[in-house]
Amino acid sequence: MNNSLLRGELVRFAAENPEVMAANFSRWNQDTEWLRLLDTDPPRLLSVKKWTEWLEKDLEKGTSDELFFAIRTLDEDALIGFIGLFDLFKQHGDTLVAIALGERKYWGKGYGTDAMRVMLRYAFNELNLRRVGLIVFDYNPRAMRSYEKAGFIPEGRIRGAILREGRRWDWLYMGILREEWLANGIMTS
Amino acid sequence: MGIETQLFEGKLVRLAPIDHEKDPEVESRWTHDLTLLRALYRQPAMPQSIAQIKKKYEAIEKEVDESKKLFHFMIRDKQDGRLLGFVRIEGIEWSHGTSKLKLAIGDPADRGKGYGGEALQLMLRFAFSELNLYRVAAVVVEDNPEALKFFQRCGFVEEVRRRKAILRDGQAWDSIHLGILRDEWMAIHGKGDSSHE
Repeated sequence: MNNSLLRGELVRFAAENPEVMAANFSRWNQDTEWLRLLDTDPPRLLSVKKWTEWLEKDLEKGTSDELFFAIRTLDEDALIGFIGLFDLFKQHGDTLVAIALGERKYWGKGYGTDAMRVMLRYAFNELNLRRVGLIVFDYNPRAMRSYEKAGFIPEGRIRGAILREGRRWDWLYMGILREEWLANGIMTS
Repeated sequence: MGIETQLFEGKLVRLAPIDHEKDPEVESRWTHDLTLLRALYRQPAMPQSIAQIKKKYEAIEKEVDESKKLFHFMIRDKQDGRLLGFVRIEGIEWSHGTSKLKLAIGDPADRGKGYGGEALQLMLRFAFSELNLYRVAAVVVEDNPEALKFFQRCGFVEEVRRRKAILRDGQAWDSIHLGILRDEWMAIHGKGDSSHE
């Protein structure tokens, strides 16, 4: 089977059953540093059961306007995180992407950047989108560097959108246009 | 400005609840002008029947009641009570004090007369001195320069340009995100000032 479209140099994308993702989400969500890098919502510590119910509901809805993949490593086939598209507007060819590696030992080693490159190739070559955007919090420079490596360009900051640990932080918007991605020549084939 | 201040009363307009009997017919008429829908939503613009608007109103009141993240007010002429538009604060994140604002004056003939500006000021006062929010955001599309100027005139600052995010009429337009912080609003309007010009 040729699934090279969903395969990078370090990772591949996979579809997983609700109970598999539920167990991981419930565990990953207990890591508040991880969750604060990912989300503005306060942590809620949902059970595996609740996560499973949620994901099964998604299965029923069969939503086509959001895309979600589990990220697995090529060498050990370890499930290390997820990547997804949301706020996808087909008629505008625009989407936001979110990525997170729940398994900390894979941070800072290029797995996330590789996954993002695979996602961009999928977004531009399969979904035929015109642009992909994302939001990153300004206390997350590691993610910012990864997104820059994948070709994203800063588009501005939402001032003071986060209040945590007694101080205000910005949201940064970044984006990459189809023509920029083609010009970069990273994984366009 | 004190506790006796009527938060929903302006000089030209007042903010009021939905009238489920009379408003649907008026708002349905507005939706037949697709420029309004294009200014407000990224979804494909299409007119809505009176029945659809009635359902929408029910959904709005349900969301206000259950989500605690939305305030939706109708804008009425202070003299005759005529429906002019609506203004809403949505997507409130209480732990961060953030929110988004949408405002519409439905009939093009009612625009440029100060109704929208006054409704916006009433809503910002509500956001900052009743809800105690830290910031209010608004999003406009590059193909609507009047809206951009309107928000900038009222103290909003451009923060983000999502390049070419909206495809319309064969052209790609920027999606422009604006924001106003409580301190900025206070600097314009003063702590004890009850006016909202």
